[in-house]
Amino acid sequence: MLDIISRIFFRDHGGSREVARERLRLVLIHDRASVSPNFLNAMKEELIKVIREYMDIDEESLVVSFENEEDSVALVANIPIRGFRHAVNE
Amino acid sequence: MKSRVLVVTSGKGGVGKTTTTANLGTALAMMGKKVVLLDTDIGLRNLDVVLGLENRIVFDIVDVVNAKCKLKQALIRDKRFEGLCLLPAAQTKDKSAVTPHQMKNLTNELRSDFDYILVDCPAGIEQGFRNAIAGADDAIVVATPEVSSVRDADRIIGLLEAAGLNKSRLIINRLRSKMVKRGDMMNIEDILDILSIDLLGVVPEDEVIVISTNRGEPAVMENASRAGAAYRRIARRVTGEEVPMFNLDDSNNILDRFKKLLKLAR
Repeated sequence: MLDIISRIFFRDHGGSREVARERLRLVLIHDRASVSPNFLNAMKEELIKVIREYMDIDEESLVVSFENEEDSVALVANIPIRGFRHAVNE
Repeated sequence: MKSRVLVVTSGKGGVGKTTTTANLGTALAMMGKKVVLLDTDIGLRNLDVVLGLENRIVFDIVDVVNAKCKLKQALIRDKRFEGLCLLPAAQTKDKSAVTPHQMKNLTNELRSDFDYILVDCPAGIEQGFRNAIAGADDAIVVATPEVSSVRDADRIIGLLEAAGLNKSRLIINRLRSKMVKRGDMMNIEDILDILSIDLLGVVPEDEVIVISTNRGEPAVMENASRAGAAYRRIARRVTGEEVPMFNLDDSNNILDRFKKLLKLAR
């Protein structure tokens, strides 16, 4: 009850601060990643190393990039698979 | 005392680098420190007018690095404050008139005569920026609570780190506590979270800044100015003194007191 009163009287609405913070967060993910090309390349190398243990992949055509969704940023890796290294027997 | 070279930078223009340099420098001089302010915004000099020293310029920074005059001849003594000097930027040249190497030599030469060498950096990340940071021991990053300014500050902090300046500190400028309170402006924590950098101080939005800039008298000279008081506290922090962050709660009206009471009751 007190909450409702205080919301009516004191305008506790979701202000533009939240919007600013969220937009800034997303734009900085892009900025920071694109500012240092080493970052993406280093991550790509690591990814290849791990995946290679399980699969035979086409390392040349592997693409790692950032993609914008409505309210999030996704890391998208497109990794063509040639085949599995070996059957995993438990 | 070991002298310090501090560069005041921001990336984005218009967030208060020059105002900060003028006020911080004046406040340090008021504390009895020997301070020189370097305007490195060649082609767009402004620190002279903010300080009210525009009529006394004879030589400038480009004359000094090109050995057209002696360093002492180009320094303008501020007669209001013992120990405050300005080295103005050139107005007719461009940013390539000085190299980072020359800047480093210049700041090193100034170390023998001054406690604090404050370098007012131009906006942008090109040569003017590289010149300004060349001789710096530390950086002061100025940002306003806006998306564009914080974004540019993030970029600048990255560039400063790449140049070996890892202990940059942040001044949040032009904060409007009323807007923060109603959720329409990012607050101090929001900005510190995003930038992950130490806070040097917070300067509230203050009309006195406009008035003092009109007159060419830094706001720190005004006792009643809230921004001026904030800059005086920042100056003390720069000298290593522990000064608690000021409570920016400027509104003390009945409604706010009632709100606080409600919060306590909950």
